[in-house]
Amino acid sequence: MAKTIDVPVLKPYIEIPKLQPDVMAGSGPYIAKPDMQAALGFRGELPEDWQSIALNKMGELLKKYRSFQVYMDACVKCGACTDKCHYLLGTADPKNMPVARQDLIRKVYRRYFTLAGKYFPKLVGAVDLTEEVLNDWHNYYHQCSECRRCSVYCPYGIDTAEVTMAAREILNSIGRGQKYSNEIIGKVYKIGNNLGLPEPALRDTLEGLEEDVEADIGIKVRFPLDEAGAEILLVTPSADFFAEPHVDGLVGYAKVFHQAGVTWTLSSKASEAANFGLFIGSYENMRRIALRIREAAIELGVKRIVFGECGHAWRVAYSFLNTLAGPFDFLDPRYPVPQHICEFTYDLLQSGKLTLDKSVNDHRVMTFHDSCNVARASRMGNVPGGQFTIPRELIKAACNNFYDMAPETIHDQTYCCGGGGGLLTDDLLELRIKGAMPRMQALQQATEQYQITHLAAICAICKSQFTKVLPYYGFKMDQVISVHQLIGDAIVFQTDSEHPENNTVT
Amino acid sequence: MVLTTIYALLFYFATAVLLFGVGYKVYQYASVPAPLKIPTTPAPTTRTGVVLRMLREVIWFESLFRANKWIWLFGMLFHGALWLVLLRHVRYFIDPVWTWVILIQPIGKYAGFIMMIGLVGLLVRRIAVERIRYISSPSDYLMLVLLLAIGGSGLMMTFVLHTDIVQFKAFMLGVMTFSWQPIPPDPILLLHLTAVLLLMIIFPYSKLLHAPGVFFSPTRNQVDNPREQRHIADWAKRLEDASSS
Repeated sequence: MAKTIDVPVLKPYIEIPKLQPDVMAGSGPYIAKPDMQAALGFRGELPEDWQSIALNKMGELLKKYRSFQVYMDACVKCGACTDKCHYLLGTADPKNMPVARQDLIRKVYRRYFTLAGKYFPKLVGAVDLTEEVLNDWHNYYHQCSECRRCSVYCPYGIDTAEVTMAAREILNSIGRGQKYSNEIIGKVYKIGNNLGLPEPALRDTLEGLEEDVEADIGIKVRFPLDEAGAEILLVTPSADFFAEPHVDGLVGYAKVFHQAGVTWTLSSKASEAANFGLFIGSYENMRRIALRIREAAIELGVKRIVFGECGHAWRVAYSFLNTLAGPFDFLDPRYPVPQHICEFTYDLLQSGKLTLDKSVNDHRVMTFHDSCNVARASRMGNVPGGQFTIPRELIKAACNNFYDMAPETIHDQTYCCGGGGGLLTDDLLELRIKGAMPRMQALQQATEQYQITHLAAICAICKSQFTKVLPYYGFKMDQVISVHQLIGDAIVFQTDSEHPENNTVT
Repeated sequence: MVLTTIYALLFYFATAVLLFGVGYKVYQYASVPAPLKIPTTPAPTTRTGVVLRMLREVIWFESLFRANKWIWLFGMLFHGALWLVLLRHVRYFIDPVWTWVILIQPIGKYAGFIMMIGLVGLLVRRIAVERIRYISSPSDYLMLVLLLAIGGSGLMMTFVLHTDIVQFKAFMLGVMTFSWQPIPPDPILLLHLTAVLLLMIIFPYSKLLHAPGVFFSPTRNQVDNPREQRHIADWAKRLEDASSS
C-alpha cells in the first residue's frame, strides 16, 4: 500500500522548480472523527448546508481579524512570494505558492464579499464555493506549516499563516477538522499534554531521569513535579519527557536550574508547552489551552514562568500568553512573562554564574536551525533579533566549532523544517519529506563546506521532524540535538561556598 | 456641450466613488480589530520604530527588495514615476500654479517614460514568468493595460499631438467651481480622461486597495511589545467576562 516517495535530489543551490499543477492534489490529511470535533466545540460532520455555514463563518472572521480582511483585499499578485515556500520548492505544485494558496479562499471571498466578484466573477477570478474548492481547502491548507516565510517578503506583509488559520477555522466550523491537530488538543484537555502522558507516568519518567543523571555525573539533579512554592514553573513540550533528542534538552534545563541554584517545578496540569489551538486558528481553543498555564502558576504559587525549547509554543507564549491568559501581575515583575529557557541560561552566562567547558563538545561541529515561529513570530531578550543571537551565543559558549548555514536560509529567512503547523503526522509524510528539501539543501552545503556533524534546534517539532527526515537525505537521524543538550554536556558543576544551601551534592 | 456635460458629471461621479469607496474601506480596516500581536519579527519595539518601518516599506519597498530585484525595480520605476507625474498634474487643478509644481514640470514630463518602462516590465514578467502567469486573472493584465493606456495617451499629448491645455485647464477649474467650461473635443485627451475616470471608479473595488491596505497590515504596523503591554480586542475581552461571571 505504501506509496514510494520521490525524495528530492539535493542540488548545489535551490532551484525554482517547473510547476507541476495538482501534483500534490489529493484528499488531504485524515479527517477528525465526530467525537474529536465535539471535544473542541466544533461540528462533527459536514452538514447539508455547509456552504452557507462556511460563508457565515468567513463573514464572521472578516469582522474579527483585521489581518484576514486586509489580506483578502491587498494582494496585487506581484509574484514576490511565489518562490519562497519550502513546500513549493519541494513539491512544485503551484497551489503551494503562497499567493495561490491564499487565492483558494480569496477567490471565494471575491465571489461572495466583493462587488467585482459578484458581477464579474470571471474577470477577477472569483468562483463559487463548490465541493471541489472545499477539497482544495482541506488539502492545501494542510500543506502550509504557517511558518510565515512568505510574509517576510510580501510588500504588504500578507501572512499566509493568517489565511491558513482562517481557512482551518472555517473547515472546523463545518465539521472538516484535521485528525492530527484536533486529536492532540483533545488529549491536552483530557490528560494535560499532547502525548497523553498521565501524571503518574510523568512522575515515573522524571524519577527515572533523576537516577540516570545521577548515575551519569554523580550529582543529584532534581526534576521536580507539582512542587508548590517553587520559584519557577517550567512549561515545556511533552516530547522533552522522553523523545530523542528532546529529553537531553530537558536534562540540560535541569542542570542549568541546578547550577543557578533556583527552585523550579514542572506541572502535571500544564505538562505541555505546545498550543495546537494556534495551528487550527481557533482563538477560543488557544485561550483554553493557555489558561492551564495561568492556573498552574497560581496553584503552585510560582514567581516566574519559563518555557522550554519549542517553536510555536514560544510564539504563543511570547506573543499571545499575556493576551490570552494575562495579566500576570501575580508574578515577580522583575522578570519578563514568560521567559525562554535560552534567555534564562543566557542571563546566567552573562552574570558569570555558569561555567562551561567547551572542549567537552569538541567532537561536534555545530550549525543552528532557526525555527520558524521563534525567528519570525517572537523575540528573545531586549532587542529585536535577540531570537537569533541568544541561541547562537549559547551554542558558541558551549562548543568551539560553530558555523552558520547560508545567509539566505537563516534568521528571518530560515526555511521551515517541513513539519510545523500541525503537519507532523505520518499521513503527511510525503509532504514533510519534500518540504524539508530547502533546509536539507542548506545543511548539505554547510556540511560540505565545514564538515558539520550536528544540527542544533530549539523546537520540539523541528527535532522530531528532522529525526524522521534526515535519513531520507543521507544524513543520520541522531545528527539533530537540542541547544540545551550542548549546554548540559558542557556545564562545569561548582560547589557554592558562599551559599552552601545551594549545593545538593551529598 | 454634450461632451462637456458627460465628462463633468463623470468627474463628479468618479470622485465620489473614489472618496467614499476608499473612505469606507479605510473605515472598515480601522474598525476591524487585530486581536493578536502578529508583527513579522524582528520588529520594532517602539511606535517610532514602526513608523520608520512603514516608511521604509512604502517609500523603498523594503520587503519586496529582499524578495525579488526585478519586481522591485519595475515596481519602483512605476510608482516613483507615477508620483512625479501626479504632482505635475496638480497644475491643472490650481491657479496660479505653485512654484514647486512649476519646478518639477521638466522632470515630470519625462517621468512618464519611466512609468511606461516600469509597467511594460511588470506586464512582460506577468506573461513570461510561469509562476506569475499561473496566479494572474484577466483583471491583473487589464489593470496594467489600463495604466499603460493612461500613460501612453498622456505621453502622446505631451510630446506628439498636443491638446489645448489652456482650454482643458479652464474645463477642469470649471468642474471644480461648478461653472462648466467646454472640454477640448480631442480624442486622445478624451481617451486619457476616460481611462483615468475608470481607474478612479474601480480603485475601491480592486487590488488597488493595496495602497491604503499596507498601512493596516498587522504584520507591519504592530509594535513588538506583547510581554510589556497587554493587547486585547473587545470581542476577546467579552470571552473573558463571560467565563469569569
